Amino acid sequence: MGRMLDALADRTLELGPTRHVEREGNWRAARDGEGLFWLVLDRPDKSVNVIDRAVLEELDALLDRIEAEKPAGVVLRSAKPSGFAAGADINQFVALPHDEILAMLRDGHRVFDRLAALPRCVAVIHGHCLGGGLELALACRHRIAIQGAGLGFPEVMLGFHPGLGGTFRATGVADPIEAMTLMLNGKTLQARQAKRIGLVDAVTEERHVHDAVLAAVHGELRTTSGSFQSRALQFRPARTLAAARMRKSVAEKAPREHYPAPYRLIDLWEAHGGNAKAMQAGEIDSFVDLIATDTSRNLVRVFFLREAMKGLRKGRSGVRHVHVIGAGAMGGEIAAWAAKQGFDVTLEDIALAPIGKAIRSAGKMLAATLKDPLLVRDALDRLVPDPGGLGVRHADIVIEAAPERIELKRQIYAKVEPKLKPGALLATNTSAIPLPDLAEGLADPSRLVGLHFFNPVSRMQLIEVVGHDRIDPETERRATAFATELGKLPAPVASAPGFLVNRALTPYLAEAMILLEEGIPKERIDDRAERFGMPMGPVELADQVGLDIALEVSTSLRERLGPVFPEVPDRLRRMVADKRLGRKTGSGLYEWDSDGKPRKMRVDALPDESKDDPDLLDRLILPMLNAVVACLREGVVASEDIADGAMIFGTGFAPFRGGPIAYARTRGIGEIVRRLEALQAVHGERFRPDPGWQSLG
Amino acid sequence: MTRAVYIVDGARTPFLKARGKPGPFTPVDLAVQCGRPLLLRQDFPKDAIDLVILGCVSVIADEMNPARVASLRLGLSEEIPAFTTQINCGSGMQSIDTAFRYIERGTAEIVLAGGTEALSHSPLVLRRGAVDWFARLNGAKTAGDRLKALSGLRPDFLKPVIGLERGLTDPITELNMGQTAEVLAHLFHIERRDADAYAAESHRRVARAQADGTFADEVVPAVSRDGGAFDRDDGVRPDSDAKALAKLRPAFERPWGKVTAGNSSQITDGASWTILASEEAVAKYGLKPIARILDSEWGALDPSIMGLGPVVSAAPLLKRGGLSLDDIDLWELNEAFAAQVLACLRALEDETVCRKVLGFDGALGTIAQDRLNVDGGAIALGHPVGTSGNRITLHLANALRRRGKRRGIATECIGGGQGGAMLLEAA
Repeated sequence: MGRMLDALADRTLELGPTRHVEREGNWRAARDGEGLFWLVLDRPDKSVNVIDRAVLEELDALLDRIEAEKPAGVVLRSAKPSGFAAGADINQFVALPHDEILAMLRDGHRVFDRLAALPRCVAVIHGHCLGGGLELALACRHRIAIQGAGLGFPEVMLGFHPGLGGTFRATGVADPIEAMTLMLNGKTLQARQAKRIGLVDAVTEERHVHDAVLAAVHGELRTTSGSFQSRALQFRPARTLAAARMRKSVAEKAPREHYPAPYRLIDLWEAHGGNAKAMQAGEIDSFVDLIATDTSRNLVRVFFLREAMKGLRKGRSGVRHVHVIGAGAMGGEIAAWAAKQGFDVTLEDIALAPIGKAIRSAGKMLAATLKDPLLVRDALDRLVPDPGGLGVRHADIVIEAAPERIELKRQIYAKVEPKLKPGALLATNTSAIPLPDLAEGLADPSRLVGLHFFNPVSRMQLIEVVGHDRIDPETERRATAFATELGKLPAPVASAPGFLVNRALTPYLAEAMILLEEGIPKERIDDRAERFGMPMGPVELADQVGLDIALEVSTSLRERLGPVFPEVPDRLRRMVADKRLGRKTGSGLYEWDSDGKPRKMRVDALPDESKDDPDLLDRLILPMLNAVVACLREGVVASEDIADGAMIFGTGFAPFRGGPIAYARTRGIGEIVRRLEALQAVHGERFRPDPGWQSLG
Repeated sequence: MTRAVYIVDGARTPFLKARGKPGPFTPVDLAVQCGRPLLLRQDFPKDAIDLVILGCVSVIADEMNPARVASLRLGLSEEIPAFTTQINCGSGMQSIDTAFRYIERGTAEIVLAGGTEALSHSPLVLRRGAVDWFARLNGAKTAGDRLKALSGLRPDFLKPVIGLERGLTDPITELNMGQTAEVLAHLFHIERRDADAYAAESHRRVARAQADGTFADEVVPAVSRDGGAFDRDDGVRPDSDAKALAKLRPAFERPWGKVTAGNSSQITDGASWTILASEEAVAKYGLKPIARILDSEWGALDPSIMGLGPVVSAAPLLKRGGLSLDDIDLWELNEAFAAQVLACLRALEDETVCRKVLGFDGALGTIAQDRLNVDGGAIALGHPVGTSGNRITLHLANALRRRGKRRGIATECIGGGQGGAMLLEAA
């Protein structure tokens, strides 16, 4: 933004007369010359609004005033440039006893019902409007969305469903099927889509808010009347049919035993859809049940883990320009992601062709994630092919993503380091080479840091921020801040073999290979792991990662860490020698279709006599837990929370189980250790419980 | 008071031959591809640039004022003004000349001056009859009127006019540019075989320059969104010889014409930027000038002999500077057509022309082959019309330095009957 637009920035939001009134608590309230009562949510000292008890209590009092004054209309909006409201304050209702939650909910519903009774009340929605925020907007008679607004119900991701009236109000005003889909998938709708399904009455630009509000108050907005379909859905048989379809589609992603919330929501709507009163009562009951489930407790924990990891950031990184060396799969994706996040990026490689490939993939990723062609163009303009390495001297951080050969990396550093500007960071994306070895030979080892990204960068949220003995704490601080500025979650780890995630994941993959050797069908192994809640079974994952890479990591970890790591089966070596490397060669442990899907036999179609092992799941999961405990004991990772967060965001470890340590605690530390000892007695050293378990007990 | 003005750096994209469909880059895409690496290698901050000027002839509808679009897409501050220059084939030189005058006058210190053209993106234009028909249809109020308007549709309305063809036709004389070269070939007795020999030499020189690294700093790579990576000019045919060229049929006037596709410049996409700086800016940022711009000139004559534009624009530079042909070590004379280049040379040797038109006492003399287009030209590289004037000026500066020469003139003919010329001195 230039100086002119900067200088005018605070005129952007139309706040009516409230621009000049004092804030009282969380709200600004005033009447304008046309008799409109403006209710503007503006939480003190926060850049985002959330709905909490105080917000509702003050709204209750303001409603007294409105009912007494009988204004010509009411406008409800947010004064925060970032958006309407991000949701309800989770902190206020987790860990509360059942009765208190119930009382709080009933109180909230009473206030929202009062708001809903106002005849000419208009919510103006800009930016994000999520969860409890959207429920507040839905309690208003009309909704006007500003272009660029994002509306959604992320509650299912926390293991519950909307609880402040969202279930019956959303299905009441919008197309019921679309409203249910919105609540079931937790995604965010853009303003135009929200209008299309009837969730908002109009979409406009900020500059027309005043006129749009007047039109709404005077009843000039054309609201979409219920379609034939939504009228049909007032009948139970129609809902039963639709509900069956919803259950089927939810079941493809989230099994009922692990994720009850979407099923409870479908049950609720099937039973009471179209009957607001009954659905409201049902919503409160089922919300109170859901919030007490292990799944919800763990998913809320995951939410707070995410906040905690974001909170590791202290200050800004000071990075504007990112230079990436190595346009292979990882380097190219890191560069593209950084450009997407607004950084100036130069992408260096010795040859132009791989840079070309990286730009092509970047174009696809950006089109899929940014949607808007102008934003895609701008991001691609920021991503500069740089075969000559011109970007090095401008860079605030250089990220080396070259092949894992120490001589090669050292050569690169020798060339790059003298050109770095003062204060520039030197980061490596290595997953295998110890940082102290890379620091060797640098003129200034204190600026070296590991930034270990996960594949695919656009989807994996974790970055392991790897330290070493000679790092400057300021380097660590800035690298951590940079990771969050990339929109990722940093996990500080020490430079140890495999860091945290690969060290924990490798035994899982390795044990799967041994199970395969024992003759257990690969589909069964994968199915067991997936039913536990892993996003992908270990056999498929090995193929996906590439058997060559899996072999390399596995071998190097065993060399460094000894017999606690299993021996790699000969079959894997033979396959690598035969260039059957998994997905990338079309053939590995599975055969792969051209569209990148493995050909799997259905588990229930496996022959009855095919081999199984009652210990199968523990053999896969417990070594992973054991490795995480070893990392905690060795100080590779500082806390249980970060370890759990890193495993969830780096590997997809079943989020509803709250992470490997949370899972161990749920089962009981003593029980896990006993299981490991029993497995050790049968299978050997690789199951020996780590001494670290003692200090967890 | 006039101030010294320097070309301190410049770069161009590879020149990419148009291959019958829109190429991977629009005009602004090309300018962005070229500008990003050029700016990265500068020692001054981006916000030291005071002005952006970009030549472009065939502006596409999505990129009106391409200079401004390019400037913002390059990440330059929105507070830097940017405008586009258009004088047909001289547009990319007009941008340099304008920048030169702004700096000379003291109203700017550093200017980014370029040229860009994506001839492969030239629009298909509706015929006038078709446009009228659309207007009637849009204006029809009743169903009956609409039906009547609809019935006026003729099959040939759907046959588009190729914008490029119209663009290369002079509107005053209705002569195609190739035909103006035929006129010159006639007036100066240029033989087909001389034109072909000249063309073959252009290919040979460019191929040599590509091989020996002459273009190393001048050409920066471009990468398209679909992953295409371009690092060299692709119109060069090193195996082109006069014998092969002799087999081609005339392109514009059959059967006896002398101008063929082989001895004409190619239809090509490409962009070029130069950075001009004042003496003060050079001192302030420690810049390393390549050449100083001493003077510039624009001339004009009958559109049917537009190819002589270099003669009427370069000669005044010589006169004003008190220079003879011997004083000019290198010439970049844009190769629109081999016959047209040769006609310019003959014109300078022509007593009548030099006395009567240029106002000299006699013939100016001969430009030696080893001073003219020493690293080849548009016949081998292609002629993105809005870009070429920028390219030849930049290349002249680089060639003067590389060869240790002192003075040079870059000049081009301009469709419509004009010519532009810049006089440079190695810095």
